[in-house]
Amino acid sequence: MSSYLEANARERLQALLDTDSFVEILPPALRIVSPHLGQLDAPVAFDDGVAIGRGRLHGESVFVAAQEGGFMGGAVGEVHGAKLTGLLQLALKERPYAVLLLLETGGVRLHEANAGLIAVSEVMRALLEVRAAGIPVIVLVGGSNGCFGGMGIVARCANAIVISEEGRLAMSGPEVIETANGVEEFDSRDSALVWRTTGGKHRYLLGDCQMLVADNVGAFRQSAFELVQQCHADAAAIPLTLAGLEAEQQLLQQRIASFGQAHDPLEIWTQLGVADAAGLPMLEADAFVAVAADVRLGV
Amino acid sequence: METLNFRFEHGQRRLPAAPQLSGVVSSGNLEVLVESAALNGACTIEIRTAARGFGPIWEAVLGDFQRRWQLADARIAINDMGATPAVVSLRLDQALQAMTGSVP
Repeated sequence: MSSYLEANARERLQALLDTDSFVEILPPALRIVSPHLGQLDAPVAFDDGVAIGRGRLHGESVFVAAQEGGFMGGAVGEVHGAKLTGLLQLALKERPYAVLLLLETGGVRLHEANAGLIAVSEVMRALLEVRAAGIPVIVLVGGSNGCFGGMGIVARCANAIVISEEGRLAMSGPEVIETANGVEEFDSRDSALVWRTTGGKHRYLLGDCQMLVADNVGAFRQSAFELVQQCHADAAAIPLTLAGLEAEQQLLQQRIASFGQAHDPLEIWTQLGVADAAGLPMLEADAFVAVAADVRLGV
Repeated sequence: METLNFRFEHGQRRLPAAPQLSGVVSSGNLEVLVESAALNGACTIEIRTAARGFGPIWEAVLGDFQRRWQLADARIAINDMGATPAVVSLRLDQALQAMTGSVP
């Protein structure tokens, strides 16, 4: 199977890492399940929807986590979040070459309310500690549930993001925006609009991710490894610095100043200087990256 | 949620020690965890399912599964979210094929 989109979390790990190198921490047989779902008469999963562990990527030791979008939309509950946090804390001790997070999630598992919210904030703190220790963290986004909510923030705390054109990354999902602000603000059933706004290509043009790849596990594997190598080549840039934060803030302010009046990403793409903005969604990944090279922000 | 338990005695086929997980707990799907366990030659299957009242159908599907695989000293646990009988059979076969490297 070569499609990243169609694979489940465990299949992605098997295909991404060196053959048979994945060693799971807290595997399903240990039955560390959510303490909340059973009380709500809802089904549990033996891994609480996330597989974590160690493996090798092109021979280098890496820590990995893969969220299972099929189980409750990849949402983060207490156990799920604790597994992610624990993996990151273990990385501080064992110092792998990198940490790879395969995120596919709607954000906090609302069934677990505050326990889920706290879990996500703990993941953010642990991720930044790993970066502060000089270990790069790379996020991969290419599952059908995208990466949303608090985990969208976690993704942007990482050193770099690899996304596919089918991948989506944002804070509030389309249905959330429509519910809160009305269908006039955002029509969540308009798939083309949803992908124009949150999809990988738009994120790449705005500088919210570092690499855009075709929907292929091999492409994700290669890009993730290249990003890790880039991070190590400029090791001083791995920790999050005040200068880095200020540059990010500047980029965001500039974005609002330039595009604050735009109603559709098509207007932004045109303004960026894309000759055939309407044709962008139809381009294959390689052709798109070539078109984007001269106009994308935040490089 | 409903919890169902089945036990089939006198199996012949023993399994490797490493456990095997197949499937995902999502709508119309299920996860199957198969482990080797000292059960006096029996195969036990525990199902936790979101769909109540399907005990007789589970019994028929699992009886068919055990006739095909003849498992001994095997413990199977299933978290189900409304899988159809065909999906249940498929996931069980997938788990056993991954674990044994063979077909029934």
